[in-house]
Amino acid sequence: MGIELLNITKKFAAYTALDNISLSVASGDLVALLGPSGCGKTTLLRIIAGLDLPDSGKIILENRDTTWLPPREKNVGFVFQHYALFRRMNVFENVAFGLKVLARDKRPAKSEIKDRVEHLLKLVQMDWAMKRYPSQLSGGQRQRVALARALAVNPRVLLLDEPFSALDAKVRQELRRWLRKLHDEIHVTSIFVTHDQEEALELADRIVVINKGRIEQQGTPQEVYDHPANAFVYNFLGNVNVFHGRIRNGWVILGEQHHVEAPDELKNLEEKDGKAFVRPYEIGISRIQSNGSDLLGTITDVRLLGGQIGLELECDGFNTPIEAEISRELFRNLELGRGEKVFVTLNKVKVFTGDYEI
Amino acid sequence: MIDNRRKNSDPAAVQVLLTILVLLFYFSFIFLPLALVFSQAFQKGWEIYLEAVRDPFTIEAVKLTLLTAAIVVPLNAVFGVTAAWAITKFNFRGKSTLKTLLDLPFAVSPVIAGLIFVLLAGSRTPLGSWLGEQGIKIIFSTPGIVIATLFVTFPFVARELIPLMESQGCEEEEAAITLGARGWHVFWKITLPNIRWGLLYGMILCTARSIGEFGAVSVVSGHIRGQTNTIPLQVEILYSEYNFTASFAVASLLVFLSLIIVLIKGLIEKKFRKNSIQLQ
Amino acid sequence: MASLTRKKRTILPGFGLSMGYTVFYLSAIVIVPLSMVFLNTLHMGVQPFINAVTSPRVLASYKLSFSAAFFAAIFDAFAGFLVSWVLVRYRFPGRKLLDSLVDLPFALPTAVAGICFATLYSPVGWLGQFADKWHIGIINTPTGIVIALIFIGFPFVVRTLQPVLEELEPEIEESAYCLGATRLQTFRKILLPHLFPALLTGATLAFARSIGEYGSVIFIAGNLPMKTEIAPLMIMSKLDQFDYAGASAVALVLLLLSFAMLLVLNGVQDWQQKANH
Repeated sequence: MGIELLNITKKFAAYTALDNISLSVASGDLVALLGPSGCGKTTLLRIIAGLDLPDSGKIILENRDTTWLPPREKNVGFVFQHYALFRRMNVFENVAFGLKVLARDKRPAKSEIKDRVEHLLKLVQMDWAMKRYPSQLSGGQRQRVALARALAVNPRVLLLDEPFSALDAKVRQELRRWLRKLHDEIHVTSIFVTHDQEEALELADRIVVINKGRIEQQGTPQEVYDHPANAFVYNFLGNVNVFHGRIRNGWVILGEQHHVEAPDELKNLEEKDGKAFVRPYEIGISRIQSNGSDLLGTITDVRLLGGQIGLELECDGFNTPIEAEISRELFRNLELGRGEKVFVTLNKVKVFTGDYEI
Repeated sequence: MIDNRRKNSDPAAVQVLLTILVLLFYFSFIFLPLALVFSQAFQKGWEIYLEAVRDPFTIEAVKLTLLTAAIVVPLNAVFGVTAAWAITKFNFRGKSTLKTLLDLPFAVSPVIAGLIFVLLAGSRTPLGSWLGEQGIKIIFSTPGIVIATLFVTFPFVARELIPLMESQGCEEEEAAITLGARGWHVFWKITLPNIRWGLLYGMILCTARSIGEFGAVSVVSGHIRGQTNTIPLQVEILYSEYNFTASFAVASLLVFLSLIIVLIKGLIEKKFRKNSIQLQ
Repeated sequence: MASLTRKKRTILPGFGLSMGYTVFYLSAIVIVPLSMVFLNTLHMGVQPFINAVTSPRVLASYKLSFSAAFFAAIFDAFAGFLVSWVLVRYRFPGRKLLDSLVDLPFALPTAVAGICFATLYSPVGWLGQFADKWHIGIINTPTGIVIALIFIGFPFVVRTLQPVLEELEPEIEESAYCLGATRLQTFRKILLPHLFPALLTGATLAFARSIGEYGSVIFIAGNLPMKTEIAPLMIMSKLDQFDYAGASAVALVLLLLSFAMLLVLNGVQDWQQKANH
């Protein structure tokens, strides 16, 4: 096992940042800790690195209990959100730092350090900038130097705190793909923290969704996205329409009288409040009524969302507008526009009961 | 940057008027006194000036002043760095109280700064008389001058470093630690290079004040010529003896020094600002 | 989040060492010596203390120190405002030099400033001769003391006001103009309220410094009993007579005054920070 966390708890005064977190990460995996800001994910990362200490629990890295080891002896690579490059050292010196501070008997020879740093900088495509100082680099370049610096010490695990948050959208996209490729090459067990679901879905082998210091769900991106364990996860992973509904005798009633068949696990409930979630692209739009449960809606707004078209619909019996996403092609073929009346099908409704907050 | 953007500047007439007012203020409060020092110092010619500066008592005063600065500045620099480290890298109860206490000497009149050491170690106090029996003299002697100067220049370095280190945060130090660096290494390789201009700046202010301090030193010195006279005290003695030319000649040394310090300060401040811009 | 960033700081080394040394050095150089003033007055007993600090000469010196510092601070507020306004907003040759010279009163030894002003305003001095001709008393009068204190205090105002003035976004004024305000209205209703906290901080700093000022004042003051003796000088003369208790008593009152100023200053600075965010 690459990383094992057992019952990690951390409190700041009265506030519980991490509440009994247990987690295993297989060797060589790239795992995303996904959650809203303030959910405790960064604290968890810092605890794994030894930058913070847990109140209780155990951290096992590569089968060795490192809970109380100082960060220096943990052998983790940590990439800070704002990179924390040493501003008085050039790129080469930054990457070489971790090797130069090794105890004399473990320290490689000067020429070896040089080779290793050059190799790493080639790996992150920054070998052209060895003599530059951090202030002379762009955000994406700093990010890659920070990564090379963290990798220089051959870390057992690599930890990245919001690695792309300080970059603009286009660079972020590029760097994301690049990081995935790099990881496939070097296969070091890695955890990164993010609040961006797209990033997590695209990049990670596994996703751990955290909220309020607890793990809500973990699994592959596919599992988490297709089978969210609860309302929070569903809501957090992408845009969604939320309806308040009542579950009664095997049916879920949305709005005033729209009936949807209840999922199996809720079939036996006699009567309960619930919430129903529908992704915008799981909403069918049609000019012709396909079955009796279709809603009649009016398009109140049309928005261009890159390749897709976003519609805002007012449907009979619903007091909140419904968001739908359709292809441009369908939009054109149906000759849709603001004010048009259409039939609306809720293709895939996910219902959760119980409390949830965002 | 500001010049390019500021399109809403005042009308020309107002600008001229205000600038003239400012120049008038500078003229009467800065330029005239500076000119006066040199005119008085040189009014009897180079020879007399050099004579006054080369006077053995003056040379002794210069020596004592430099010795004092050489002891005081490193001590307060080490303290300033230590205090700034404790205050900016950790959190603890009573932090703001500690910060206020560090500034305390600024709020104390120089005369009181001298007085407290007379009260502590003067020959009439228990500590002073005991030390006297051991043959150690603090007040009216060099140690007294040093310690009073330590007091008045106490906050300078810490005061420069604390805001600087607060703005720099701890991330670079933490990064160094995750990369395997040990405590001293982190300080020497990461923190010190990051604060060097601020440290130098604080030390320069500290030097300036320790050379120029008058009130506190005048209380503890005893004004013994050639022994416990610093440069400012020498200026005072010559002045009170109506030896104005010599007094201003010695004063001109201090004026030179302070002009240089003001100049260096301006230069370092530029570096400083550039740094803080880089930070963002 | 605040609490999160707080605990971040535990992993760095050296807390015990740096904190221990800080407290030790602070106690040795500042706290213990300063407490001597309190200890010495404790020995005195109440009546002698009251006698010492309410003797007419001492009272007159407090009054003088306080009022001279007050008037100097008021003047500094105006002059400092003017200087920072011109230095920040106008461009003219020699501006950088003037900017650097603001620090001169910080760097110039007070004794040198003292003899300069005393000579400048002596009846035969460059400026004193005019004062003499027009029968304006400057040397050996409170006016002279105020002049010396103006010099000492004005960098405090400039150096606190300057950064605030520099960071003032032009958009603030521009939006006022766009809304139809005149230049004077914008100054009065937008700029002045924005700058006032910093101005007050600067003036308070100048005032606090001036109350205890010694070197630059004694030469021009003439030190006439009841007329131009400042409070620090009273301490000095009591010390010269080996009246340690009396000196401590006068010093204690001055110290308490200074600490009160420090408290006021903290309040003003809090207000300034709140006003600017």
